[in-house]
Amino acid sequence: MQEETAFNIVTVIPEIFLALSALALLMLGVFQKDSVAERPRTGGLIAQLAMATCALTLLLTASYGRGPEVTMNGLFTADVFAVFLKVLILVASGTAILVSRSYLTLHNNNRFEFPVLVLFATLGMMMMVSANDLMSLYMGLELQSLSLYVLAAINRDNLRSTEAGLKYFVLGALASGLLLYGMSLVYGFTGTTNFDVLAAHLTVDGSLEVSSGLIVGLVFMFAGLAFKVSAVPFHMWTPDVYEGAPTPVTAFFAVAPKIAAIGLILRVMVGPFGDLVSQWQQLVVFVAGASMVLGAFAAIGQTNIKRLMAYSSIGHMGYALVGLAAGTEQGVRGVLIYVAIYLFMNVGTFAAILCMRRNERMVESIDDLAGLGKRQPAMALALAVFMFSLAGIPPLAGFFGKLYVFMAAIEAGLIILAVIGVLASVVGAFYYLRIVKVMYFDEALDSFDRPIGPEMTAVMAVTGVVVMFFFLYPAPVLSGAEAATAALFGGG
Amino acid sequence: MQSLPILSIVTFLPLAGALIILWISGRPEDVARNARKTALWTSLATFLLSLFIWLDFDPGSAAFQFEERVVWMSGVDIAYHMGIDGISLFFVLLATVLTPICILASWESIKDRVKEYMIAFLVLETLMIGMFCALDMVLFYVFFEGVLIPMFLIIGVWGGPRRVYAAFKFFLYTLLGSVLMLLALLAMYFDAGTTDIPTLMAHDFPVSLQTWLWLAFFASFAVKVPMWPVHTWLPDAHVEAPTAGSVILAGVLLKFGGYGFLRFSLPMFPDASLEFAPLMFGLSIVAVIYTSLVALVQEDMKKLIAYSSIAHMGFVTAGAFSMTAHGIEGAVFQMLSHGIVSAALFLIVGVVYDRIHSRDIDAYGGLVHRMPVYAVVFMLFMLASVGLPGTSGFIGEFLVLMGLFEVHTGVAALVATGLVLGAVYMLYLYRRVVFGKLTKDHLKSILDLSPREMAVFAPLILLVLWMGIYPSSFLEPMHASVAQLVEQVQAAQAASPAMMATR
Repeated sequence: MQEETAFNIVTVIPEIFLALSALALLMLGVFQKDSVAERPRTGGLIAQLAMATCALTLLLTASYGRGPEVTMNGLFTADVFAVFLKVLILVASGTAILVSRSYLTLHNNNRFEFPVLVLFATLGMMMMVSANDLMSLYMGLELQSLSLYVLAAINRDNLRSTEAGLKYFVLGALASGLLLYGMSLVYGFTGTTNFDVLAAHLTVDGSLEVSSGLIVGLVFMFAGLAFKVSAVPFHMWTPDVYEGAPTPVTAFFAVAPKIAAIGLILRVMVGPFGDLVSQWQQLVVFVAGASMVLGAFAAIGQTNIKRLMAYSSIGHMGYALVGLAAGTEQGVRGVLIYVAIYLFMNVGTFAAILCMRRNERMVESIDDLAGLGKRQPAMALALAVFMFSLAGIPPLAGFFGKLYVFMAAIEAGLIILAVIGVLASVVGAFYYLRIVKVMYFDEALDSFDRPIGPEMTAVMAVTGVVVMFFFLYPAPVLSGAEAATAALFGGG
Repeated sequence: MQSLPILSIVTFLPLAGALIILWISGRPEDVARNARKTALWTSLATFLLSLFIWLDFDPGSAAFQFEERVVWMSGVDIAYHMGIDGISLFFVLLATVLTPICILASWESIKDRVKEYMIAFLVLETLMIGMFCALDMVLFYVFFEGVLIPMFLIIGVWGGPRRVYAAFKFFLYTLLGSVLMLLALLAMYFDAGTTDIPTLMAHDFPVSLQTWLWLAFFASFAVKVPMWPVHTWLPDAHVEAPTAGSVILAGVLLKFGGYGFLRFSLPMFPDASLEFAPLMFGLSIVAVIYTSLVALVQEDMKKLIAYSSIAHMGFVTAGAFSMTAHGIEGAVFQMLSHGIVSAALFLIVGVVYDRIHSRDIDAYGGLVHRMPVYAVVFMLFMLASVGLPGTSGFIGEFLVLMGLFEVHTGVAALVATGLVLGAVYMLYLYRRVVFGKLTKDHLKSILDLSPREMAVFAPLILLVLWMGIYPSSFLEPMHASVAQLVEQVQAAQAASPAMMATR
């Protein structure tokens, strides 16, 4: 909007780099020989390059990310808030590529498209959290979503995978439609799509002027976004897609897109519509409460660990949204801390799930973990740490995430929501404990295939240590979230 | 202020030992032996260090001593704040003295996954000590809840046939109570602006808020104590837990609730405490009488002792809410005494269980003929549990009743029936197990206490007699802190009618 920020390429260097690299890797892949013998080699090479790209983008984000805040004629912003989330997203994407290696090789599905699609989805996510305009928001969201639809169906000869892809696509398109409809209403009633102008538009002479059309538009937009984080009542796709998609794809789905979508929701609700908090608060309260309760109760009956993790992620998104429901700075800080911790817990858990392999086949039933505590004590210990952390038992990291969001909820006077939340967490503890029980209390079955690969060991070890010893040095995450929140509120 | 952070050292030394055990590898039998030894030496060293705390403790001061404070989570003013006063001092010692005994008691009975078992116990010790030393609510909560993890594993992995059910019940019951306390902690944080316990003790919470906060804390501590009617997890957990697990559960974990009432409910919500005192008395009376009667009809020795624990903890809650110096000191003393005595009783059951693998009272009888030393030890602790003068049980119960008489004669009289009922079920148990003719075939070759088992019981015998004959060593350091607590409560209660009038 302002002249000096009209077109500043420095701010978008990380995104441009990522986009060019992804395109280059695509070209590289296309022009390799496509024979059965060559395919794994190409896939391996591109995956390594893709991980390097993630790492470099991470460096660029950290160094160039926080230049002049708004650029590209007001379409794009790169404040500390965006940088915080981009770091999380890039870490999640990089590790998702890393942990997918052995699976894809094993299943003879070593397509170079996998890492490239992950990169494109990552680019979309980075756009999402940096969006400063409804147009750039939608562009980022669709780039991410289309990549994810293809990823869900990447195992194209497998019925469940294609079903998951199709289901995700149809419902995702519906959500995009809702979102677009909401955006058109917002545009129709305010005459702008820019977040800054929107925020200014809402307050006329210091008082809030809200037309009901705008509210309806906001509700539609929130519904569309809630679909992306799989919050109740827009969660139906999640268990099927999680179960049907190849496990590395599920591992990717469970973390990076969730963080991006949560970031996007925060950006939209707090940024341009922050003054409307009294209007959208009850909506978020309902969605958060329903997600926590459904996530807790529906997971109890699950026998497939991927489905269980799907319901678990629904519940966790509910907890994260509790912070948003508070609508305060503390609340947003709580959400950011929550998603940062969520990243480590889920990456670690899915790394462990990817190691559940017997006789060269993936096994996905919870009962297959029986006696893991005896057979593979280190892996069982890591998984137990993640489970206790997901259940929110101190001193593990998951507890601190919950602590911060509930702190905000109590401060904002959302006592009932907080009570529902903690009670749901007790119910949730039951199914997390069930996994611990199966691993430690039940009689041992056959061992999983070994070795599990150095990269898996490394991922589980690092995330396990982070989750277990977060309490020793929580300062980096806390201060990062603090700065990010300040940027969001200062900029909004 | 001391230069050496002795509380942190005592708290985290067991954790360091657990990390060392984690690195032990080699042949399974070597691992088991080394793990046992490392755990024993670590816990003994912790115990010796904790004795220095007692020696350096200034009994004349009511303030928190050995304080340590480091900023933990900036921005929200949550600190790593440790310190102890006369009330928490002996709970720390109770935890440090019982852990080596537990490790020694599981020397031979635990043969499976020894390494993990020892790690779980050392981690548990760290969490227990930390809980009693924590002077920041969030830190307190972290330790308070963290205890669930090792205890869940101890019951679930090394427990009896219904261990899974018991472990889940234990975990979920306690968690359900605790999460409400977490919300109350947060609400307190927003009313007072800090999570620092000493500051909060001086903070005046609005009376209406106090009621809710008190209830939330009650939900947590009542489950932990446990009070009737939320006690049902305890018999299950005790019966299924391995012997040492029961010892720690009865000896230390149950004290979390009583300690919580004294540390939080009384000083921070004095008005609500006064308001709910009749409720506490009522539940305590039910606990004392009802669970004593239930204990009388038990056929399982561990279950009987578990129910007797609930009855004894009824004395504690009644004494604490008498809000008199005698009552509170009696409550603390009763907790310490119960920590030693019930721990010893579970060990006594463990001794015969290791030999016969049955806890049914009917499976025994006439043990005195084959196990005279065992019979003597059993008798001593049985009498201590009953409250015979000269043993620790008497002092605690006597002080509690004295405190209660100052407040309400009727309550005191009803609680006192617990003494009689306690004698009934304990003597009945003793007669059926130890006396009579030795007719059962499987008992004919049973062996008396081994030297290791005597080493386990010796310190407990010493403590029970010391606490019974010369209780001043233990009561002296408490006086100042308890007096300050009573004064605080009474001052706040005196001020509150005026507050209510102005509202």
